Amino acid sequence: MSLSGDVEVTVGTFEQRLRLDVADGEVVAVLGPNGSGKTTLLRTLAGLQPLSGGRIELDGVVLDDPVAKVLVPPERRPCGMVFQDYLLFPHLTAVANVAFGPRSRGVAKADAMRTAVEWLDRMGLADKAEAKPRQLSGGEAQRVALARALATDPRLLLLDEPMAALDAGIRGSVRHQLRHDLRAFLGSCVMVTHDPLDAAAIADRLFIIEAGRLVQQGTLQEVTSRPRTEYVAQLMGLNLLRGRADGASLVLADGTTLETAGPFAGEMFAVIAPRDIALYLDPPAGSPRNTWSTEVAEVHLLGDRARVLLGAPIRVTAEITAVAIAELGLTEGAPVWASVKATQIDVYRADDH
Amino acid sequence: MATRTRSLRPPLLVMIFATVTVVFLAIPLIGLLTKASWSTLWSDLTNPVAVDALKLSLICSLWATGLSLVLGVPLAWVLARTDFPGRNLIRALTVLPMVLPPVVGGVALLLAFGRDGILGRPLYDWFGVQFTFSTAGAVLAETFVAMPFLIITVEAALRSMDTRYEEAAANLGAGRWTTFRRVSLPMIAPSLVAGTALTWARALGEFGATITFAGDIQGRTQTLPLAVYLALQENEHVAVALSLALLAISIVVLVSLRGRWLGAINP
Repeated sequence: MSLSGDVEVTVGTFEQRLRLDVADGEVVAVLGPNGSGKTTLLRTLAGLQPLSGGRIELDGVVLDDPVAKVLVPPERRPCGMVFQDYLLFPHLTAVANVAFGPRSRGVAKADAMRTAVEWLDRMGLADKAEAKPRQLSGGEAQRVALARALATDPRLLLLDEPMAALDAGIRGSVRHQLRHDLRAFLGSCVMVTHDPLDAAAIADRLFIIEAGRLVQQGTLQEVTSRPRTEYVAQLMGLNLLRGRADGASLVLADGTTLETAGPFAGEMFAVIAPRDIALYLDPPAGSPRNTWSTEVAEVHLLGDRARVLLGAPIRVTAEITAVAIAELGLTEGAPVWASVKATQIDVYRADDH
Repeated sequence: MATRTRSLRPPLLVMIFATVTVVFLAIPLIGLLTKASWSTLWSDLTNPVAVDALKLSLICSLWATGLSLVLGVPLAWVLARTDFPGRNLIRALTVLPMVLPPVVGGVALLLAFGRDGILGRPLYDWFGVQFTFSTAGAVLAETFVAMPFLIITVEAALRSMDTRYEEAAANLGAGRWTTFRRVSLPMIAPSLVAGTALTWARALGEFGATITFAGDIQGRTQTLPLAVYLALQENEHVAVALSLALLAISIVVLVSLRGRWLGAINP
């Protein structure tokens, strides 16, 4: 293990308590809703926010341990950070920004400049060396910020929303490039994001926090197939229900019953993919075990698909084609019949991890 | 296509008051210009008293500005970045010379640094240092009155600066001194320059504290404003000539500031 973090921190009324271990060469994406403590976590790792309990170790060296009264200040941690909005020093050129780290760590000016030029060259930005930050595009600024963080030869790389400041149009190519750059990085990397696409493209593992606690972690595949909170399910575009199973029946909190491919017993989660929910104007006949009458709460068009939010009794989202929306004449408030096959409801235990 | 701009015509009452203000500010300057005796201007400005006052004013005001930078910027940083009990009291203390009548400031300086002052007496008895009736005293008086302008400007700039840049510098390995020197100071450079210019202008125009504390000795403590005041009682045209010199210096400072630095603060 390269990074071993047992993080306990209190900032005002916000309290964070979680354990994060990252191996050498591993990229972990930290996801969570606003205010869940993603940036706070990065700040504790960088030393900008001291722990109130627990312990952070990097390569076996203790960086922060309040009980042992150890706190390595940020400037002496082998830790590079790409800040949100990049925070390139506006009065320095791109190359001077990249050379800032080595110079601050005692490298002679000429050598630091040479290192900086090499890094910019590696990033394909050799021709931007003399540009001031305000003359760089968003993608270029992000790569200068990454070069600046890597030029200090860190063992731990922290990325705080590296894509958030970019236009949607260039995100794809920048994401691809970032993945390529991070592959060459041998230390541990923690990236904060709220975009599952970034996480899926760049990270080896997803680490999902809510209200300062870890709620779920694993590969994208693991998290997608077994979401454990409403936030995770929404992130992955899935419907998550919770209830008590008795044989093949799953009784939801409000008493509604779903028929599943059971038998199961105890507290269970049920996941339904939106495209597995079918909508009809008249009561459907035939095989589906679960059929109920409801009304349309909201309709969102996404290209040739449409997501239809359904009202009581089971508030789930169905995904159908935009053509079907027109054919069925679905608008907000319209009555509709919904159905889902028992075999398309994925059921798993809710009370263990 | 012609660009159309919506004309902003102010209300009549506002126009009247604005006009009165402009006249009020401009009339004294016009008076100065019309009363000037242009034929004797050169000889008035080159007589020994005037030359001494001009030289002394430049020397004292530059010293006061330098001292304000060395002593004021660190205090501004402490006030902006740290939190300690009594900080507001200290902040009030630093602004006090701005609101105090300069003569009162001069009296206070006299009681502290004069020959019989609480600090002045030991300084004189042990080291033979005397501020009253010396150029050092004039510098001290000007620094006392002018430094608050620098502290206030720099503290405000440091406060409004995004401190995450300082965190970025720390993350890159910069200690607190390096961060201050290579990140904080360059980032507040426009305010630092504006504050320095304000401080210098205030020091240049200092009168009350200087005459009260340092006295009025030609070549030693008699700066331009003091010379103007004295000349006014003997021959008025010399006073007008010296005033024109001060006016010219002020205008040069204002014009160069507006173009290069004030614009950088309010783009």
